[in-house]
Amino acid sequence: MSRSPAPALTVDRDRASGSVLTGLLSSDLPRSKVLTVVLLAILLMLATTPFVFSGSQPLSTAAKICVFIVLVASYDLLLGYTGIVSFAHTMFFGIGGYGIAIASERLGATWTSVAVGLGTALCLSALLAVAIGLLSLRVRAIFFSMITLAVASAMAVLASQLSTITGGEDGLSFQLPYELRPAFRLLSEPVFGVAVNGRLIAYYILFFATLLTFLLLLRIVNSPFGRVLQAIRENEFRAEALGYRVVAYRTAASVLSALAATMAGALMALWLRYNGPDTTLSFSIMIDILLMVVIGGMGTMYGSVIGAALFVLAQSYLQVLMDAASKALAGVPVLPDLVHPDRWLLWLGALFVISVYAFPGGIVGRLRQAEQ
Amino acid sequence: MTSSAVPALETRGLTIRFGGHVAVDNVSCQFTPGTLTAIVGPNGAGKTTFFNLVSGQLRATAGRILVEGEDITSLAPSARAKRGLGRAFQLTNLFPDLTALENVRLAVQSRAEAGWSLFKVWTSRRDLIAKAEEVLERVRLSDKRHIAPKALSHGDQRKLEVALLIAMEPKVFMFDEPTAGMSVDEVPTVLDLIQDIKHQGQATVLLVEHKMDVVRSLADRIVVLHNGALVADGEPAKVIASPVVQEAYLGLEAANG
Ligand SMILES: Nc1ncnc2c1ncn2[C@@H]1O[C@H](COP(=O)(O)OP(=O)(O)OP(=O)(O)O)[C@@H](O)[C@H]1O
Ligand SMILES: [Mg+2]
Repeated sequence: MSRSPAPALTVDRDRASGSVLTGLLSSDLPRSKVLTVVLLAILLMLATTPFVFSGSQPLSTAAKICVFIVLVASYDLLLGYTGIVSFAHTMFFGIGGYGIAIASERLGATWTSVAVGLGTALCLSALLAVAIGLLSLRVRAIFFSMITLAVASAMAVLASQLSTITGGEDGLSFQLPYELRPAFRLLSEPVFGVAVNGRLIAYYILFFATLLTFLLLLRIVNSPFGRVLQAIRENEFRAEALGYRVVAYRTAASVLSALAATMAGALMALWLRYNGPDTTLSFSIMIDILLMVVIGGMGTMYGSVIGAALFVLAQSYLQVLMDAASKALAGVPVLPDLVHPDRWLLWLGALFVISVYAFPGGIVGRLRQAEQ
Repeated sequence: MTSSAVPALETRGLTIRFGGHVAVDNVSCQFTPGTLTAIVGPNGAGKTTFFNLVSGQLRATAGRILVEGEDITSLAPSARAKRGLGRAFQLTNLFPDLTALENVRLAVQSRAEAGWSLFKVWTSRRDLIAKAEEVLERVRLSDKRHIAPKALSHGDQRKLEVALLIAMEPKVFMFDEPTAGMSVDEVPTVLDLIQDIKHQGQATVLLVEHKMDVVRSLADRIVVLHNGALVADGEPAKVIASPVVQEAYLGLEAANG
């Protein structure tokens, strides 16, 4: 129904019209004109932000959208495609962030540190995901969710306790390799009036890493492997009876998802030049991820792009908007209080409830339905 | 040694207890390649439970299960499927939101060991899709290939259940009341399919079926379960005529005509 029904075989038609694009998107096209336009708009916006908007706030917002696209898409692989409810996703996000931060701080601001940090973080995440998977994916779903919750909480406590390594509650600020610093100039002349400095390079590394990871995840969910994951989501008992080793497939999905989340954490740390409990590990981020997946549309991959963009934009600009509204309504009774910036979470919550009621299949599900 | 000398499937002292209730009681039985064995018995006799033990959905309290002489008692259901044990379920057990074609394609994909391919697009395996289409054609569901099971009629769901089993290409086919609840005109399609499988030669077929006329026309052998125990085993005519069977089970049907 709303969750990714097998598309009719349109391979022949696709072949005629741009097989490269079809290949990049793994034959999983948006299947809705409005969705296509929205996705293209987001892509274009993210690709051109440094040249279109001035100041650091829009660029930071765009970078955050990129990071969350990876994070949410990787969570969709678990929740939307495989039907696994895990609360440990921010743990892997955090491992990525701390990997970069700790390595950069200890080993110095070099590319080697970045590579060592990322490599170590990816290995650690994979190991943890395998361990959690093998230990607990056999048990009932609710126990698995609880175990992930327990492990993630333990990790968060550990990160704040080991303050000599992690910086505790304060987190770690660190230097980036020279080529990523604002002072670095790749070209002596500005391009379109924008200086090609280390910050710009960092942004485009982020952008292309996001694009690549997203396309890779899209490929995985549309592979024979991805089809097995959906079968497991639908009826694990029958999938097992057909000869698919459910535990192994679930564990593999957990590992892939953990690796992508680690990647997202690393990108986040690289962008912020900082990592701490609040930027990657906190439980409120876990809730944000859940909201983004559901708002965008579970089991659609494209939903993660829409969900992340919408949510991060709301987070960044809803307060500004509300502040303006509050001031404009000054003098009117009650209303200014209602739209006071401090109430932004309330409004975000209201938006969420409304969108879940109005579009149970998320925005992507709704748009695709409208197309039919 | 020819393969027919070794039973395709054998159970030795197979037993399962649920609390104090013995649902399958010390069943020892061999199933030879190329034969169709009907398993009959009243409701609650333990037929489905016997299948669950063989295909691995339930763990035996005691006893062993051998496939082509190899002990598979400790294997998971998926590993047993890979050894050639195929199972269709009495209560329809499909992927409710995936299309009929995708349901079958998943069975074909498992048979082709293609599930661990992560970086190919699934549509590039056109051979798997073609194979699935073929199986759907055999069960006369081609025109409903894009419909999800939850929107199919009961009879069509039963046919799809059979299609998944056929698509697995097992050595041992286990059908659990495949025609139950089907309309009269749908039944022959399924029975013809079972007949086809039987005539293909080396397949071993286990068929749980209540309709005695079906059993008579298809079975090479009948095994009777009663209160979980194997109470009769042999040629259809003899088993049906035996007093224990007449009394335990068939009496009722004979009385009904
Ligand atoms: N998981 C279980 N837990 C407890 N008791 C069970 C379980 N599965 C089956 N039983 C019991 O085992 C007995 C055999 O059931 P089973 O389903 O195998 O019968 P059956 O011969 O297939 O009957 P039918 O012809 O109605 O399908 C029944 O008394 C049933 O209640
Ligand atoms: Mg039964």
